[in-house]
Amino acid sequence: MNPRRLTLILVPYLWLLALFLVPFLIVLKISLSDTAIAIPPYIPKLDLSTGWHGITAFFADLDFENFVFLAEDDLYWKSYLSSLRIASISTLLTLLVGYPIAYGIAQAPEEWRPTLLMLVILPFWTSFLIRVYSWIGIISNEGLLNQALISSGLIAEPIQIMNTTQAVYLGIVYTYLPFMILPIYSALDKMDVSLTEAAIDLGCSRRQAFWLVILPLSRPGVIAGCFLVFIPALGEFVIPSLLGGSDTLMIGKVLWEEFFSNRDWPVASAVAVILLGILVLPIMLFQRNQERQQETDR
Amino acid sequence: MKSIWLSATALVLSGTAALSEEVRVYNWSDYIEESLLDKFEQETGIDLIYDVFDSNEVLETKLLAGSSGYDVVVPTGSFMERQIQAGVFQKLDYDKLPNAQYLWDLIKDRTAKYDPDNAYSVNYMWGTTGLGVNLPKVKEVLGEDAPINSLDLVFDPANMEKLASCGVMFLDAPDEVVPAALTYLGEDPNTQDTDTIARIEEVIAPVRPYISKFHSSEYINALANGEICVALGWSGDILQARDRAAEADNGVEIIYTAPKEGALMWFDQMAIPADAPNPEAAHKFLNFMMDPENIAAASNYIYYANGNLASQELLAEDVIGDSAIYPDAESLNNLYTKSAYEPKTQRFVTRLWTKLKSGV
Repeated sequence: MNPRRLTLILVPYLWLLALFLVPFLIVLKISLSDTAIAIPPYIPKLDLSTGWHGITAFFADLDFENFVFLAEDDLYWKSYLSSLRIASISTLLTLLVGYPIAYGIAQAPEEWRPTLLMLVILPFWTSFLIRVYSWIGIISNEGLLNQALISSGLIAEPIQIMNTTQAVYLGIVYTYLPFMILPIYSALDKMDVSLTEAAIDLGCSRRQAFWLVILPLSRPGVIAGCFLVFIPALGEFVIPSLLGGSDTLMIGKVLWEEFFSNRDWPVASAVAVILLGILVLPIMLFQRNQERQQETDR
Repeated sequence: MKSIWLSATALVLSGTAALSEEVRVYNWSDYIEESLLDKFEQETGIDLIYDVFDSNEVLETKLLAGSSGYDVVVPTGSFMERQIQAGVFQKLDYDKLPNAQYLWDLIKDRTAKYDPDNAYSVNYMWGTTGLGVNLPKVKEVLGEDAPINSLDLVFDPANMEKLASCGVMFLDAPDEVVPAALTYLGEDPNTQDTDTIARIEEVIAPVRPYISKFHSSEYINALANGEICVALGWSGDILQARDRAAEADNGVEIIYTAPKEGALMWFDQMAIPADAPNPEAAHKFLNFMMDPENIAAASNYIYYANGNLASQELLAEDVIGDSAIYPDAESLNNLYTKSAYEPKTQRFVTRLWTKLKSGV
């Protein structure tokens, strides 16, 4: 292999090593430590300064008490499940809203498309935090939406949206919508228009052509979009803490509490390691599935 | 790799420090008269970088992570007790703090419980945890004889069921709410005994369905704009809500009461982290804030009492004359203080708090 090619291959691996593997190993190491009143608030068990001896001592002394602790309290698995549910439902809702928009943009006249795409990306120019915060002004009991509905006489009492799980869905769908639209749009945009024409010529109605031709061909975009929404939504912290109620259970909030309220970095790290485990498995399965599909396509 | 980065940032930081001196202050949100910040910069020529937080937990985590980069921080006494043990702070150099002569012995004695001899900190503000009430709304819901100065208001399910229609918020701070619930039960609010603490579930679980949110800063605005009618919150925050409502002239009238069963008295202390980049400037900031004129301006603006005796004659009448801010000697006896929880108790309290909030 020539050195240029080797460098090209090395770059992404170095990237992964520095930004994923090393931080992960640090978190894993903390998850196996004990808490202490100190800076930082834990006693590291792995002491590399003593060389090989430190490493053997670490393995001799290894215990998973923090992971055992997580298994013993139902708070944790209930939070993981609740996060999975909230992330799945929001992903589905984002898909239902995002697909028609992506389809509409792909169908729009060529000269409009850059403008429409620009409009999708435009919200990113404002801080994410401010955009989520502004929803409070819209959906709170004294907010714009309730005021408008009350003054128009449609309702007498304000609808409670703020501080509910529904508000969390709303926040996630709103925030992650562009991540759904863009990959679907790019899949639809690459599609050959003559395929739809052929389907219609061969007797499909427009609707059948959509379900039988367009939708299956846009599947890679749909799957990519769903993952781009699902993965960050699962560990979301800002949206549930600003819009959600106190009973909206999400693992991001539990993690925050372990870290900040209990000052228990080892247990917080254990929660994070398991969260990563939950995320890595479906991603790997997804990737294997994609590879297999590419092979059968050939 | 990491050390290269650290030295690179250190180089950049020291480079800018040479150009103009900086002091970084980390204080609670809505907790200062902002013109004081300009005044400090003008008097000393030091650039003041002012940053805010709204929970002790956030501050503590930054401090325990080390190298927070702040020169002055303002933790609450009970949290500070534990942080001192962890070695977070440096001892104050009282020779550089001539204005310490104006401090109030009564407060100094009480804060010495957390920080013996006040070696690491001086008091910034102190206050109580109690009830914020939108008076017209609560009377409309509960009638003229609503128990507005009693914990019955927020812990009696019969009252809370009615109040739910106009909205109730609690602080999202177990360190504040747990002692209140223990007081309601007639137990020692300062107990470390987990079996006793567990009993607060009897008090909070029945009223939980009627609490719209647990949050430690949103209730100021929510009270002021009428979104909620009762809050269990910090004295000065509620008085700020009172003023915002009066300014908006929106028919909302807020009062603060310290519950007659007893109320938690807390102290926010100014301290200098052990690894502060500029401890010299930090001392200057502390000394500036202990100038009676400056601390009086802050109290007049944020409606919290301070630990500076000489500032009292400079306080506005609606601050020094308000027993909700400066309680009279008799009410002072009705206030209790609380120490930090031990790690085991802390975990128990956090877990119980999560259970009470989310039902799991």
